[in-house]
Amino acid sequence: MGNPMSTIVATQPLPESRSSTGFRLAMLLPGGLVTFFLILFALGLVVFLALRGNDGSLLGVGFTFANFITVASDPLYWAVTLRSLAIAGLVTLATVVTAYPVAYYLAFHAGRRRGLLLFLVTLPFWTSYLLRVFAWKIVLAYNGVLNSALIESGIWSEPTLAFLNTPAAVVVTLAHAYAPFAILPIYVALDTIPKSLVEAASDLGARPFTSFRRVVLPNSMPGVLAAALVVFVPTVGDYVTPALVGGPASTMIGSLIQAQFGKANDWPFGAALAVAVMLVILAVVLVVRFADRRFGSRT
Amino acid sequence: MNTARIDAKQGGGWLGAYVLAYLVFLYLPILLIPLFSFNNSIQAAFPLQGFTFEWYATLSGNSALSGALANSLVIGAIAATGATLCGITVSYMDLFGRSPLATVISAIARLPILIPGVIVGISLLILVNLIGFGPSRTAIVLGHILVALPTTVVIMKGRFAAIPRTIREAALDLGASDWTTFRRVMLPLSLPAIVSAFMLAFLTSFDEFIVAFFLAGTEPTLPLYIWSQLRFPKSLPTVMALGTAILAVSLVIAAIAEILRHRGLAAAQRPVPANLSKPEETERGELQWHST
Repeated sequence: MGNPMSTIVATQPLPESRSSTGFRLAMLLPGGLVTFFLILFALGLVVFLALRGNDGSLLGVGFTFANFITVASDPLYWAVTLRSLAIAGLVTLATVVTAYPVAYYLAFHAGRRRGLLLFLVTLPFWTSYLLRVFAWKIVLAYNGVLNSALIESGIWSEPTLAFLNTPAAVVVTLAHAYAPFAILPIYVALDTIPKSLVEAASDLGARPFTSFRRVVLPNSMPGVLAAALVVFVPTVGDYVTPALVGGPASTMIGSLIQAQFGKANDWPFGAALAVAVMLVILAVVLVVRFADRRFGSRT
Repeated sequence: MNTARIDAKQGGGWLGAYVLAYLVFLYLPILLIPLFSFNNSIQAAFPLQGFTFEWYATLSGNSALSGALANSLVIGAIAATGATLCGITVSYMDLFGRSPLATVISAIARLPILIPGVIVGISLLILVNLIGFGPSRTAIVLGHILVALPTTVVIMKGRFAAIPRTIREAALDLGASDWTTFRRVMLPLSLPAIVSAFMLAFLTSFDEFIVAFFLAGTEPTLPLYIWSQLRFPKSLPTVMALGTAILAVSLVIAAIAEILRHRGLAAAQRPVPANLSKPEETERGELQWHST
């Protein structure tokens, strides 16, 4: 790309002609528009709509807490919310626990292969989420890959319906779809642990497991918590995976929101459900922040 | 480096095997799509029935499909341009703007990572209906700018932070205006990251389904087209052929983008003292996952 330094030297007086204020305004404008209008204002609209009655019009009518009262009092929504939390929690746990050893290997053992391995674990992150879920649908289907492979290899004699349309299918599919999210934050946290800390532990007589448990693990917790958060958030609101591989027994809160803005056509109520989800996520974020602080701000 | 070699002897073997198994778990389900796209059977099941290009042949001459492809390409290009522009300006002002507003904007720009797609989708659906143009390709562009924004902000912030501060200060000391410094010094120095951010933003948009589902009018994107075909068991092989093509394109674009990003960072880090070379020193929590 040439030598940028030479262009600097070649630059002639004109610079000061443009005011610094104009530059700052121009630089703040795109981001300002997007963040305040598309994010804050749009989220504000959701909260506003959640406090309105449904009369079929875009912004509803009147001011009411009826939507929130329904969400809070109908056991159906509690059941679906708890199921969403359970599924997202399991997915987060599975993803983080399975990703940790990979991140550990990348940080401490990979050596020259580190670049290639990092590249390989990042790559699926950029492939279509819908296709990753679809892949599991063909794996778990009655006439699918897993059933046919088990029969081919003589392990089973008949295909089973037990794979598809179960909450377990949702957990496995989501854990696979969001696996690449978890490795990088943990890896970054492990990689930034000063090597001298680990060396000091072993010099002072700590056995490898003790030094892992007392030094490495606590120091990597910020990464673990960050990983948990980036997996938990998209999974708790997911509606595609329950629809494709979950069946009716795995309806999640995201599916309900989607239905309110689709078939059920009750936008204010859907908005109230969305606000409830955001409150749940806010609570989780606060817990994570609190836990984070307990592990000290090292990074 | 020495410690790494010592470590590698104790337990590294088992861990290595685990990492291999993990990679198989990561890639195997995805690789089934290309495998069965060449299988001469409507069922995705073993045993394989023989090799065929038949399903790929069904892709050509499908006007709904080519329309969806065109939509995805246009939306991806515009959304990636918007997201990259925002990523560049937001992260630049966050690092060098010295204004609380810039810091706030940068923090909010990374907020979409903490909002499930379904909520991004409905909030924008309400917004575009309020503005008046309703679900449309424009609406999807807005949605995809939001979805790609955290990625572009983090990539650009990592890149700008990795450029030695002295270079920018030298430009300013030598009399270059803010604008000239930005355009003639900082932008050329971060070109690989800009290209990488653009490509990853494009991919994010090209593969995005959850948000686009709410914002699509009469013109679907490619993932929405795939979704509409999933209902028909007969069209599954076609979906697999299409999916294979999409996966191949995604992998190539992602590979180029990642290589560019790492090249760029490595080049930037060479002359930098160690304490400056770590991108995202200040940032933790949410977004370290892109900053390696």
